[in-house]
Amino acid sequence: MKKSTKNLINIGLLILMFVVLYFLEQHFGRRSMLITVLKKGAIYALIAVSMNLLNGFTGLFSLGQAGFMLVGAYTYAVLTIPMAKRMAVYQYYEGGIINFTVPAIVGILAAGLLAALLAALIGLPVLRLKSDYLAIATLGFAEIIRAIIQWDTLGPITNGSNLLKTYPTFKSVIPVFAAATICIAVIVFLINSTYGRAFKAIRDDEIAAEAMGINLFHHKQMAFVISSFFAGIGGALLAMYQGSLQANAFKSSMTYEILLIVVIGGMGSISGSVMASFLFIACSEWWLRFLDTEMYLFGGTFKVPLMRSGFRMVVFSVVIMIVVLFFRKGIMGERELWDLFTPRRKNKEGVKQ
Amino acid sequence: MKRILALVMVFAMMSMAAVAMADTVKIGVFEPASGDNGAGGKQEVIGIEYANSLVPTVEVGGKTYDVELVIVDNQSATDKAVSAAQELVDAGVSIVLGSYGSGVSMAGGEVFADAEVPAIACSATNPGVTSLCDYYWRVCFLDPFQGTVMANFAMDEFGAKTAYVLSQLGDDYTTGLATYFAKAFESMGGTVINEQFTEGTSDYTAYLNNAVNGGADVIFSPTSTTVASLLINQAASMNIAMPILAGDTWESSVILDAAKGTNLTICMSTFFDENDGNAVAAEFVQGFKAWLNANPDKKTNNGGNDIVAAVSALGYDAYMVAIEAIKAADSIDSVAIAEALPSVVTNGVTGSISFDEIGDANKDMAYIKKANTETVAFDFVKTQSVAELAE
Amino acid sequence: MIDKMLPYLLSGISVGGQYALIAVGYTMVYGILRLINFAHGDIFTAAGFFMVYIAAALPVPLAIPLVVILTVLLGVTVERVAYKPLRSAPRMSVMISAIGVSYLLQNLMWYVTGGLAKQYPVIPWISDSVTIGSATTKMVTLITPVLTILLVLALVTIIQKTKIGMAMRAVSKDFETAQLMGIKINSVISTTFVIGSLLAAVGSVLYFSNYTSVTPTVGAMPGLKAFVAAVFGGIGSIPGAVIGAFIIGICENIIKALGYTTFSDAFTFALLIVILLFKPTGLFGEKTSEKV
Repeated sequence: MKKSTKNLINIGLLILMFVVLYFLEQHFGRRSMLITVLKKGAIYALIAVSMNLLNGFTGLFSLGQAGFMLVGAYTYAVLTIPMAKRMAVYQYYEGGIINFTVPAIVGILAAGLLAALLAALIGLPVLRLKSDYLAIATLGFAEIIRAIIQWDTLGPITNGSNLLKTYPTFKSVIPVFAAATICIAVIVFLINSTYGRAFKAIRDDEIAAEAMGINLFHHKQMAFVISSFFAGIGGALLAMYQGSLQANAFKSSMTYEILLIVVIGGMGSISGSVMASFLFIACSEWWLRFLDTEMYLFGGTFKVPLMRSGFRMVVFSVVIMIVVLFFRKGIMGERELWDLFTPRRKNKEGVKQ
Repeated sequence: MKRILALVMVFAMMSMAAVAMADTVKIGVFEPASGDNGAGGKQEVIGIEYANSLVPTVEVGGKTYDVELVIVDNQSATDKAVSAAQELVDAGVSIVLGSYGSGVSMAGGEVFADAEVPAIACSATNPGVTSLCDYYWRVCFLDPFQGTVMANFAMDEFGAKTAYVLSQLGDDYTTGLATYFAKAFESMGGTVINEQFTEGTSDYTAYLNNAVNGGADVIFSPTSTTVASLLINQAASMNIAMPILAGDTWESSVILDAAKGTNLTICMSTFFDENDGNAVAAEFVQGFKAWLNANPDKKTNNGGNDIVAAVSALGYDAYMVAIEAIKAADSIDSVAIAEALPSVVTNGVTGSISFDEIGDANKDMAYIKKANTETVAFDFVKTQSVAELAE
Repeated sequence: MIDKMLPYLLSGISVGGQYALIAVGYTMVYGILRLINFAHGDIFTAAGFFMVYIAAALPVPLAIPLVVILTVLLGVTVERVAYKPLRSAPRMSVMISAIGVSYLLQNLMWYVTGGLAKQYPVIPWISDSVTIGSATTKMVTLITPVLTILLVLALVTIIQKTKIGMAMRAVSKDFETAQLMGIKINSVISTTFVIGSLLAAVGSVLYFSNYTSVTPTVGAMPGLKAFVAAVFGGIGSIPGAVIGAFIIGICENIIKALGYTTFSDAFTFALLIVILLFKPTGLFGEKTSEKV
């Protein structure tokens, strides 16, 4: 297939996706569970892909994702809360000290930029560390970021540890998908570029990569900053989706969940992460919900055992453990969805050793 | 390829929407059943369930509708609350009751406002619940009032000059109430030592030491009951002599159990007293106790005894207000109910309920109680009204 | 001054002792498997719940040994089910598995308890109040450091003097060579988990006698702090982990005494990062050269 036809097909598929989304939303209504899951799934897809860029493609085992999402979410919310509402939101800080509001799109970009800037600063010392030491250091930084944001002294800016709300949100599923699609497309382009190949070389063998003339620190720093940029945007989108925001929710368990999504999808597969995100969100928010309610069969005479509040998460985590232990490659391994439709011989990515 | 096809099939099958049943009106119950506020949330739910057992139907447009309660668990966490609220909206509820805890109500409020479903908070006292959400009403008093009541009580009753105020980071109820208490206490010439702890803290001895070393005369710690039991236990083992004051969450059997047999002085403000003179309240207390004793699992949710918690009374009142609103709207459409709600006036267990333009109940009375560590019950101390405070 | 600081120091030493008992589990597993056992904090929590449920049926003196046995069983089961099949897999996979186990255990405990805090049973004598100088505290505060040091001394003796201890040292020095020399790797690893879980169970009895409410996520923070303590002391070194734990416990309480309560948790992580950057091998860690 020629490159131009391939591009045409891709664009066609994207347009088709948005048309389908539009009709789904018209048919089911924008508050239906389907649309809700699609919204949250798209946001998680972006975040999971950004984590995969780091963990799956560059081989940097970072557990700081929640921290960068937190920075992004707060940047967005703090900058976009309307002036008229500030007095009520910052009820303990006399309306706070920020006396301007930026449009939502500026807020989202600022969210990404601030997260990236922070990553650049943290990356300088941290990226010298290896594997599990890196993991635990980034985890530590995420916790420190959370403590700083909750610090009372910063209250006039961050509202301390209290809830932020009334910032602009999206009503329809279309803008979420648009934002997530653009960001993921950028990451895909990056991975298929020279930089992407350098990232993978670092992952597969750091020392060999260095011998080939790849500047290790430079490339690691780049992957870290870009990943955090998109995590920041993902955080802003998540804040918009939730409609309210509190630093408390961005604990290390949030990072773990995203890591598990990446693992389920396959470390090193963009399409795997995307599919796993939708599956993960749909299962946890929707399809497995029935496990949490007591159920009676045969006209109320037989009570289905075990089913009560919390059972959903148990089943869910058992499934995750099975994937982690027995299907270590996840849904996609290192392949991509589009590889499946192209003949194997032509597929350069597919013939990994 | 096969794997993907299978995934698509599963997705398609699961997406089929359930069809709503006819002739029922759904009322959402948005409460924590787990997490830090799980114990209190359950007490609020049984109040609502009791009300539902008394008034299980409602007349709309000449037709009788069964009221179906859709109960979800918001897990006492603001991020989980969003999912729980969406579950209610997806279930097609006409109106929502709850939640215990202000933070979760504020988080859920965004979802309800977006879906144009009205919500009535039972015991969420933070001003932000209603002031930041056009679809939230409430049947209880607010924290600025409650904080002022307790600040006055600390000064009048214990002659306190210095107060140690302890609140939880990331919990809007505790930080809000603590701030309003501190403001009131300072405006009356007192000194305040303010400290905060993070979620999941187990060791409160350092905080209690800070209170002692700071020369505090009282401790004000409006925390969740989970934190309270740790705090009380550690205060008892340290022989803390100064009184410990708190807000409405502490009127719970969890506190009584923790304080049993200790020498601590523990007082809190609350919404309601069992022995209140009003006739509606007397009838409610009698009926509710009988109902609890007849339903063992409900009694377990109440903490294993038949002491009537204020939050149960508020849950009852909120349900009755919701029924009145449905009647007034003469519709089960959520938007119509939201329009009718502001003008509803009822005579509830916790006093007469009418709403101001923000959506708050016009309530002006707080009850102060003391935990009796010997009889393991709450002793009524006094009532305090807005008018008395103004003097 | 001393009068005012005494209560903080006491609770710092006590909490340090509890961290130390958890940290030993982390540091031993890391020394042998090069694995950060993220589930260790949850095993500690599970020990707390075992006690809550068992003490409801049995008297405390019987309950304690039963709790220890169950916790050890849980620890070994986790190793058998979640780590052993991944012995030849990349280190990252094992760590992910550990995170998965932690997620599973937390959700399981949430399910069993209904997500509500459970009251820890009162253990006679060690829950009583005592007064020392200006400080009134629980007996357990005083017992903890003594018991911790005794247990650790016993452990060090085992590792130095017994055959299994020698095998452990060999495995942690060089996994593959030890295997070639005929050391039964799996039994060494199991022993490590037995010891780690046993100490975590004892730690949990002490911890929850002091802080009497158990929730499904209560172990996460002490677990992370104990891990930091292990890194601080030089991961793989038992005395290092113990000293690190006491330092963290005391510092944490001094920070609270100074009024920076918001940062008492963040401090631990800041310490971790400083250590990792300037002396990654910790206070007592052995220098290892990176293998190509």
